[in-house]
Amino acid sequence: MTAPIDLTDDSVVVVIGTGAGGGVLANELAQKGISVVALEAGGRYLPEDYVNDEWASFGQLAWVDPRTTSGDWRVAKDFSGLPAWIVKAVGGTTTHWAGASLRFQDHEWKAATNYGTVQGANLLDWPIDPREMDDYYTKAENKLGVTRTGDRAGLPGNNNYLVFEKGAKALGYEEVHTGRMAINSAETEDRLACQQTGFCFQGCKWGAKWSAAYTDIPAGEATGNLEVRENSHVARILHNDEGKVTGVEYFDQDGNLQMQQARVVCVAGNSFESPRMLLNSASSMFPDGLANSSGQVGRNYMRHMTGSVYAVFDQPVKMWRGTTMAGIIQDESRHDPSRGFVGGYELETLALGLPFMAAFLDPGAWGREFTSALDSYENMAGMWIVGEDMPQETNRITLNHEVIDQHGLPVVNVHFDDHPNDIAMRNHAYAQGAAVYEAVGATRVFPTPPYPSTHNLGTNRMSENPRDGVVNKWGQTHDIANLYISDGSQFTTGAAENPTLTIVALAIRQADHLAEQMSAGNL
Amino acid sequence: MESLKSQKGLTRRQLLSNATAIGASFVVGTTFIAAPNAAWAVETSVLKPETYATLVQMARDIYPHDKVGDEFYVIAVKGYDTEDSSAAIEAGIDALNAAAQGRGFDSYLGTGWERDRVDILRSMEDSPFFQTVRGGLVTGLYNQKAVWPIFGYEGSSFEFGGYIDRGFNDINWL
Repeated sequence: MTAPIDLTDDSVVVVIGTGAGGGVLANELAQKGISVVALEAGGRYLPEDYVNDEWASFGQLAWVDPRTTSGDWRVAKDFSGLPAWIVKAVGGTTTHWAGASLRFQDHEWKAATNYGTVQGANLLDWPIDPREMDDYYTKAENKLGVTRTGDRAGLPGNNNYLVFEKGAKALGYEEVHTGRMAINSAETEDRLACQQTGFCFQGCKWGAKWSAAYTDIPAGEATGNLEVRENSHVARILHNDEGKVTGVEYFDQDGNLQMQQARVVCVAGNSFESPRMLLNSASSMFPDGLANSSGQVGRNYMRHMTGSVYAVFDQPVKMWRGTTMAGIIQDESRHDPSRGFVGGYELETLALGLPFMAAFLDPGAWGREFTSALDSYENMAGMWIVGEDMPQETNRITLNHEVIDQHGLPVVNVHFDDHPNDIAMRNHAYAQGAAVYEAVGATRVFPTPPYPSTHNLGTNRMSENPRDGVVNKWGQTHDIANLYISDGSQFTTGAAENPTLTIVALAIRQADHLAEQMSAGNL
Repeated sequence: MESLKSQKGLTRRQLLSNATAIGASFVVGTTFIAAPNAAWAVETSVLKPETYATLVQMARDIYPHDKVGDEFYVIAVKGYDTEDSSAAIEAGIDALNAAAQGRGFDSYLGTGWERDRVDILRSMEDSPFFQTVRGGLVTGLYNQKAVWPIFGYEGSSFEFGGYIDRGFNDINWL
């Protein structure tokens, strides 16, 4: 089924990473008849391999290679070696994601214009007109099977949602529903319907949630044009004297260094690994790393303004039963500076199992204030806050030469300080989240700090002007014509929405662009 | 934990007749500690029994759940009863006892009230010893599957077909 492609074949597109960006791009190109080698650092796990057990699943799927942290964000203190909770496997973090699939709002594509000057923020408009994205969003929604889009019904609400909905309506919120989710509300040709199992974050054992691991990847392989090389960890991207990239050096599953030649290289290793690869590829021609003439590679790291609100009631909720995140309040996602901050946020239901609740409710806490909360675990409801955070030049990914990974490569340091706008928005969201639950009779609420990041954005951002960012509107690097960025690291700003749908839409769009440029002989 | 419960050659009667009380546990012989009601017993490998019993009490004081029995705390810290960890643990428990004595108690286990022990722990909560024990308990205690039902948590549901027909939306008090 898979086409073995020769290492010396320099006509292929090499895609690094197989998640929402790379996995979709690789399949879309393969469907167009383009030969693709996809290099994936992790192994291949499918629904039969996933486990309904939080820590066991974390051990199976999470990216736990060493990383370091700095800055005033609490993650740097609580989880200093684990800045992100993302996946190292074929399909990337589409295995772990909750499935929330929201389009950006129009104003969010032009944050600099619409928000004005925000001190300390490095805001910029996306070089994309929102109308250019409409058709690609529709294609992405159809690919992922997003509920409440097209003719797809919403998911039924679970206990956690019913508590959330009642509180939201009591507060007068109007845009409240079970979400636009890439989780089947009805069986389709290739995916079962949701069985309300919970454990969406551990990989859906029914395959009801869209993941590239068992949709786009095998579909691409079935064309004969896509070869996925698992356990292949990229060391650096090579270039010639003309400044064009020529191939990718990687450690194969046996730890041997290989070199795959390439016509085009598309980097989709997430917002940590993508800039890391560019920086680790520094050469005499590009001493600051590839595509870094702007000095923006690694900068403007965004992680969304996040946090959670959990609440305890006098009667059971059993929030862990059913879909992990099928519930949303969208009323606060608008841009309304009268609240004391620019941009907006979504409130989305979220449940953790007991083991992760113990780890994440209030990391480092102990004693009865903490344990009495867990004593009421069965009576708990929970929501996650996801809002637009401000890009800041100093929030950045750098190489930490003091720490090397299993291949001897410098790891990334992730530096993040909250912007005052992020803090004001989080405090607003904590208060609104608490009010939702108090309206249903909560006896205690917990403003829970951010977890290790799942929405890792920026670090190779898209810009009209080459001096402001790393890639143009197609994800093509300003400096090197045949080097592309294909993941969330190309985000100019983060918007309030969960990013996967936009990453997928941009990947579909980039595949069209690449096919045109290749057939026109421009690449 | 095969070392828990019904130790070969150790009857409930022997336990109760030979035991010396230390805190909520009993030292039985030179390498055993046991519950006062003989509901569980554990044989220590490297740690002194008094050290192990103190460590169990410390674990409960860090994450006190009145409805969770000592046997789960015993299991949660069992990993420290090894050649690699024992020196640090013995030293840490010595420091804990010294802190208790500095406050006029015979030992950490010789305190009467939880609040006194918590005060002692607060005074050393930034120490590597405390942070190692606390951090280890997050998984050591809460990731024991046998503990989950005490909190009502149901664990894996795939093998039962999820909750689509088993109460995913059964809330009845809203």
